[in-house]
Amino acid sequence: MRIVARASLAALLTLSMAGSSAFAADPAPLKIGMITTLSTAGGYLGEDMRDGFQLAIDEEHGKLGGVPVQVVVEDDGLKPANGKLIADKFRIQDKIDVFTGIIYSNVALAVVPGLVESGAFYLSPNAGPSQLAGKGCNKNFFVVSWQNDTPHEATGQYAQYLGLKKMVVVAPNYTTGKDAVAGFKRTFHGEIAEEIYTALDQTDYSAELARIRAANADGIFYFLPGGLGINFLKQFTQAGLKKTMKVVLPEFSLESHVVAAVGNAAEGLYGTAHWLKDLPYAANKKFVSEFIKKYHREPTPYASQGYDTAKLLASGLRAVNGDVSKADAFRAALRKADFQSTRGAFKFGPNQFPIQDWYSARVVRDAKTGKLVIRGVGKIMAQAGDVYSNACKL
Amino acid sequence: MSLALEQLLNGLQFGVMIFLLAAGLTLVFGIMGVINLAHGSIYMLGAFVAASVAGTGAPFVVAVLAGAAAAGLAGIAIELVVIRRLYARHHLDQVLATFALILIANDGVSMIWGKTPLNMAVPAALSPAVTLGGFIYPAYRLVLIAAGILIAAALYVLISRTRLGMLIRAGATHRETVAALGVDISRLNTVVFALGAVLAGTAGALLAPILAVQVGMGEQILILTFVAIIVGGLGSIRGAFAGALLVGVVDTLGRAYIPVILKPIAKPEIADSLGGGLSAVAIYVLMAIVLVWKPRGLFPVGPR
Repeated sequence: MRIVARASLAALLTLSMAGSSAFAADPAPLKIGMITTLSTAGGYLGEDMRDGFQLAIDEEHGKLGGVPVQVVVEDDGLKPANGKLIADKFRIQDKIDVFTGIIYSNVALAVVPGLVESGAFYLSPNAGPSQLAGKGCNKNFFVVSWQNDTPHEATGQYAQYLGLKKMVVVAPNYTTGKDAVAGFKRTFHGEIAEEIYTALDQTDYSAELARIRAANADGIFYFLPGGLGINFLKQFTQAGLKKTMKVVLPEFSLESHVVAAVGNAAEGLYGTAHWLKDLPYAANKKFVSEFIKKYHREPTPYASQGYDTAKLLASGLRAVNGDVSKADAFRAALRKADFQSTRGAFKFGPNQFPIQDWYSARVVRDAKTGKLVIRGVGKIMAQAGDVYSNACKL
Repeated sequence: MSLALEQLLNGLQFGVMIFLLAAGLTLVFGIMGVINLAHGSIYMLGAFVAASVAGTGAPFVVAVLAGAAAAGLAGIAIELVVIRRLYARHHLDQVLATFALILIANDGVSMIWGKTPLNMAVPAALSPAVTLGGFIYPAYRLVLIAAGILIAAALYVLISRTRLGMLIRAGATHRETVAALGVDISRLNTVVFALGAVLAGTAGALLAPILAVQVGMGEQILILTFVAIIVGGLGSIRGAFAGALLVGVVDTLGRAYIPVILKPIAKPEIADSLGGGLSAVAIYVLMAIVLVWKPRGLFPVGPR
């Protein structure tokens, strides 16, 4: 009895060792460095992006493009200096070659140039600052989301299309806010009755609302990301202004989190987006149903961007069989954008920023469920790139 | 003219909103000598609890009371576990400990409620905007002004007409004497801290319908609150009221009129962004002026 037990134990040991040596023969999974914003009021953006990215990996059971991968995630806390520290650690200590994740442009501007100049690849799921789109473009820098100006250009186009003549524009008083206003004005050719800049930590907008009322405009555009926009829209609606003005928004202020957080105040809003939950593409239907099944919440544009970024990376990894040291082949494969995006037709422009369609949308009450939903209305810009790409020499 | 009146009313409303937070903060500092950075976290807790209770379909008043009660309980717990050990310590230790509480509160709240902002609707009866002699004003904001003034009045009565108020005032200026007369100072501290927390929680619950109920909402408003109590004079409820109204009115009028004043002087694109920048610093200029003129604030308390 004892001998049998010993023998079987030995057999087990041998088996398990054989198992582990077979495992060791497999290459270690390719590490992907994800620097993103998970804390602060903007934390849910990074969370959605990360979860969308992970969903694409889960679909392949831990692989992307057939290559085993491991995502290393760290929170930058929306601080450029933090982002830089994490990037240096990932690059030098962990020897990571492929990066993604940054949500905010100020963090991206601190982190991306150093990374791509050191030969690493960076695939942006969100931030697309103009500084890196024109002269500052880089052959190892790919943007899957949009150039920062484009959402606002699309919104200007939509306001124009809606026949609005006199608009008020509101944005926080910092670089990205001013870029947003510039983007909007590039395509909206009516009168700008008031241009209002607010503080980034502002909670009360009653003074601005009184100015807006006095301006007697027929529409309003605002770029107030996350909580700022929620505060503003609640107070705007309570002031009774929604009855007299059309609200036309970029997608940052018109996604499912915002709609849920403002409740009925969202009804009737106009907006633009490069991705919508109800886009009829097969890749999108699969993404939406899988996302809801896994995370039990509505996907946002950020989640779709994370998912698409992972799919792009998968296409590149498949081409080089996971060997990213073949940089030229990897880059050429990424540039082809050979993947099914959740938003339909997708290709890269000369600066490796997207050329894609932009849609118009409205918040309406679903006849069946009685809930407010963001529903696509039409296409507002077809296969649009950005104005900076001409200055980029790759 | 009606626009100016409307802006003044906006300023008053914003000031009252700041006062609800400032009252608790100044009490805790004035009586207990503790700088409590976590005051904003208690305010956040009030808002989250109120929004969740309202989300279950409970009436608005119940939701606000629940928010206030939760904040009060949290206040008692924080006083007993953390603040109690800090009375004798340096202000820097207090800042460090209460800053840690902010981090813990933010992570705790996002663990329980998630990172997505919550919604709390304005009660249906108060949601329409009303016309007030020439301009339209949200009814709920009028309720906020009324609630704030009511709470200010109740605090005034509590501080100046009751035995508890007498002890609080005495504790602020002559702590050792009060203790020597046989008053249980440590219980008084718990009561004061809980009172401050209830005020903060009430503010959070009342403001939840007009703000984004989200992690980090406490820090946004905490800075303004500190400016208000410094302008008013640390430890003085009267000072907090005056300081909060002053900050509210200056901030609102700054945002309303500085860009308008600049418009004829500067180029439009400069006027708009410069106006935004200048109005953002207006309250700090106010604070500097007040401190030069009265270094201890408008209504200083305590021994000189």
